Amino acid sequence: MFEKILSRSQLYLAFFGPRKPEPGTIFLRQNRVYILPTRPGLAFALALGVMLIGSINYNLSLGYILTFLLASMGLVAILHTFRNLVHLHISPGRAEPVFAGKTAWFELFVENRSGYERSAIVLWREGKATQCDLAAARGATGSVPVAAERRGWLTPGRITLETRFPVGLLRAWSYIQPDMRCLVYPKPDDGMLPLPEPSGGVGEKRVASGGSDDFAGLRQYQVSDSPRHIHWKAAARGQGLQTKVFSGRAAAELWLDWSALPAHLDLESKLSRLTRWVLAADQEGLRYGLRLPGVELAPDAGEPQRLACLRELALYGL
Amino acid sequence: MDSRTAANATIQLRHLFWLLGGLALVAAPHTARLPWWLNLIATILFAWRIYLAWGERALPRTWLLTLLVVGGMVGVYLTYRTLFGRDSGVALLVLFLSLKLLELRHTRDALVLVLLTYFLALTNFFYSQTLPTAGLMLATTLVNTASLVNFAAPGRALQANLKTAGVLLAQAAPVMLILFFLFPRVQGPLWGLPQDAYSGITGLSNSMSPGAISRLSQSDAIAFRVRFQGAPPPRPQLYWRGPVFWNFDGRTWRPGDARPYGQIRFEASGKPYDYEVTLEPHNHNWLFALELAAKVPPNAGVSADYVLLSRTPVRNRMRYELRSYTNFTEGGANDADELRPGLQLPAGFNPRARRLAQQWAAGGASDVAIVQKALNYFREQGFVYTLEPPLLGRDSVDEFLFGSKRGFCEHYASSFVFLMRAAGLPARVVTGYQGGEINPVDQYMVVRQSDAHAWAEVWLKGRGWTRFDPTAAVSPVRVESGVAAAVPATDPLPLMARTTLAWLREVRYNWDALANKWNQLVLGYNPERQREFLSRMGMSEPGWENMALTLFWGVGGLLALLTAWLLRRMRSADPVQRLWLRFCAKLGKEGCARAAHEGPADFVARSAGRYPASAERIRAIGERYIALRYGVAADARLLAELRLLVREFGV
Repeated sequence: MFEKILSRSQLYLAFFGPRKPEPGTIFLRQNRVYILPTRPGLAFALALGVMLIGSINYNLSLGYILTFLLASMGLVAILHTFRNLVHLHISPGRAEPVFAGKTAWFELFVENRSGYERSAIVLWREGKATQCDLAAARGATGSVPVAAERRGWLTPGRITLETRFPVGLLRAWSYIQPDMRCLVYPKPDDGMLPLPEPSGGVGEKRVASGGSDDFAGLRQYQVSDSPRHIHWKAAARGQGLQTKVFSGRAAAELWLDWSALPAHLDLESKLSRLTRWVLAADQEGLRYGLRLPGVELAPDAGEPQRLACLRELALYGL
Repeated sequence: MDSRTAANATIQLRHLFWLLGGLALVAAPHTARLPWWLNLIATILFAWRIYLAWGERALPRTWLLTLLVVGGMVGVYLTYRTLFGRDSGVALLVLFLSLKLLELRHTRDALVLVLLTYFLALTNFFYSQTLPTAGLMLATTLVNTASLVNFAAPGRALQANLKTAGVLLAQAAPVMLILFFLFPRVQGPLWGLPQDAYSGITGLSNSMSPGAISRLSQSDAIAFRVRFQGAPPPRPQLYWRGPVFWNFDGRTWRPGDARPYGQIRFEASGKPYDYEVTLEPHNHNWLFALELAAKVPPNAGVSADYVLLSRTPVRNRMRYELRSYTNFTEGGANDADELRPGLQLPAGFNPRARRLAQQWAAGGASDVAIVQKALNYFREQGFVYTLEPPLLGRDSVDEFLFGSKRGFCEHYASSFVFLMRAAGLPARVVTGYQGGEINPVDQYMVVRQSDAHAWAEVWLKGRGWTRFDPTAAVSPVRVESGVAAAVPATDPLPLMARTTLAWLREVRYNWDALANKWNQLVLGYNPERQREFLSRMGMSEPGWENMALTLFWGVGGLLALLTAWLLRRMRSADPVQRLWLRFCAKLGKEGCARAAHEGPADFVARSAGRYPASAERIRAIGERYIALRYGVAADARLLAELRLLVREFGV
């Protein structure tokens, strides 16, 4: 609750505001772990005050003992809460690329090199949190979700590590900004426009892409497919219409070309369109190339080609 | 899980049951004191909550709870006729706690409930601060603290959480002791206490009617404890003086007019007894003292009839030191005005007793002879000393003296004083305690309510007020060995007063001694005792500033020690890694810090090149570290070598 009031002040930003990301393993030194009572903690203090006044008023020796025992417990809990968080090692883990509009997950490896267990360590950012428990001299992986809004490199920004263990009356927290990033691909647009025709100059017509060189597999039937390539035996077994796909030199080379897009589209829309095409072409098992102003990826098929194209699209112009 | 809404997290069943268990433990001692309907409601709400939780059913609507709150408050008001007393406050707290159960949805509600439960634990001390209560409440504190841990770490096992709570409380205990002894004590109350704050205390009252003392005699409760310096007086001299009664209305004896505080004037003979009395609270002003006290304790005065009176009613256990003489001659009060109330008798009551007394007085018999005649009458007319005397009518003295002839000490004292007054001798009734039992365990003399007694004082010319105990004339055993031996075996006495089971007495002696220690050390720790204790501990001026300062440093020092102890375990758990980091730190101090990306082999090579003089040792350390860290088997000898090398390393 303190944080809520403080977060609006300039002073707070000066202290806790964004800093440069820290490379490598982050060690939570004593001086970067903060601790304050939680709302129940303040209520606890208030209750102790009332109990003390009651004990004085009624001369209750045992009342004093109970009040002081609980107060001391609160003091000792400060140490325990602090100790539960301090001296942790946090190393950046993987961050799988995502499409814009989805959630990126930043993996963090939290390591407890000390000789006692750490419980209920919460990693959170922007209201989304994950919790982990760490046994003595063990580590655990926590993933912090971050909304990927725009294409390009996404950094997790400031992540809060906090704990209320052991009594929930106090909250120790620390801010980390691990040096890690996640690639965000442009969001594929939801237009209905099909893939462009394979460019005639370089390869054959697309209809000929079903040339009969090498059988490469089956895919869902599409309206434009030649009836000759439909897998009729499967259809007869009631498995629906499927088209046989063939690959080989004869397969058409498809160019996904920036310059071929309508001029009225803006940059992001063009990239979105190209992204969808890359995905569609990859799904159809086509050989395709990507042409952006100043960038050209030669036609190829398969996973590496898809990733390379998406990466170019994600980082184009940034 | 969303951490912003961590306070809204739902509660696990096991944690809910744990919380309910803790609450039940705290509330259990209260059930005997609460009205039956509240116990019933609380039990139903409790069972209802368990039923709802078990079946994962929805909690009741708010309007129902509101209705129950209002109904409960009306009920409490009707029972106690107030909402702000001590008892009604406890009743309301129990009511709200049990209703809060039906609002218990999230962790936030549970935390509120735990705090209220801590508070309810404190209210138990209004009624009892004995060792068993203390033990029970300590146990509940552990259980409730474990509840806090449960809600802070929902993923852990209950057992682990209980252990964590135990560790927290164990580490808190030394800090608590410092706070307890050094927190500057204030003599309460800070403001007026509710009317019912001290109800339910047994003891002598400020009037005496037939049956009053025999009722009290059936209580085993301790009235006060005495520690004598040196040997205690023999039992027949143990008359503990309490309230003195002058006014008789035919049935009930009451104190005289409010008398100014006086001085004790008497001629003492024999040796004095020095002793310390620890008086249990009885909610009246009088302090009990062995007849006759030679000095008045601080914060007390003495009335003209030699009753020690505290300035405030004794509402907490109180300790005072006294010196008394058991052989004395009272010399004061020769004033006829002062003696007149000692001759007052209600008109038209007890004509036969009056006639008998006037018979004795006729013929110019001396005062002493009259007294002797009365005592002989009691001794020779077949009187019976019993706890169960028959009920008496309007002329109670006549009926007792000439009819039933069965009575307890108040009957004897009352009729004796009546006879004396009728014979023209000023007389008064004194109540108090007679006797006392030395506890062989701690040598404290324990005086119980069952030792309550009433006797008489007659004013004799030249000797002043003189004690006569008509009960002793009837039943010398009462004074010699106590009430249990004196009354018929069928009379209802407290079990322990009569028990012949030696081991049971032994247990009770030990328990009493322990309870006494507890009272003296813990419960009796008040502002005076605190000053006394701190002076003894060497604090030159135990004012609150000094206490606060010592308190601050004491608590701070303890917490610093605890921090050091906790940090000790904060070091890396891996000794090899620790030694390596120490080695790196040593080199880092020299200006050759290991870069974050640098592996051990690279770092060793680089630093060996930089410090050719130490290169040999640097390589030795590096080799051992790499072998221990990445080698196949851990080797104790290698580790010892590494430890030695690192410890003695320097460039």
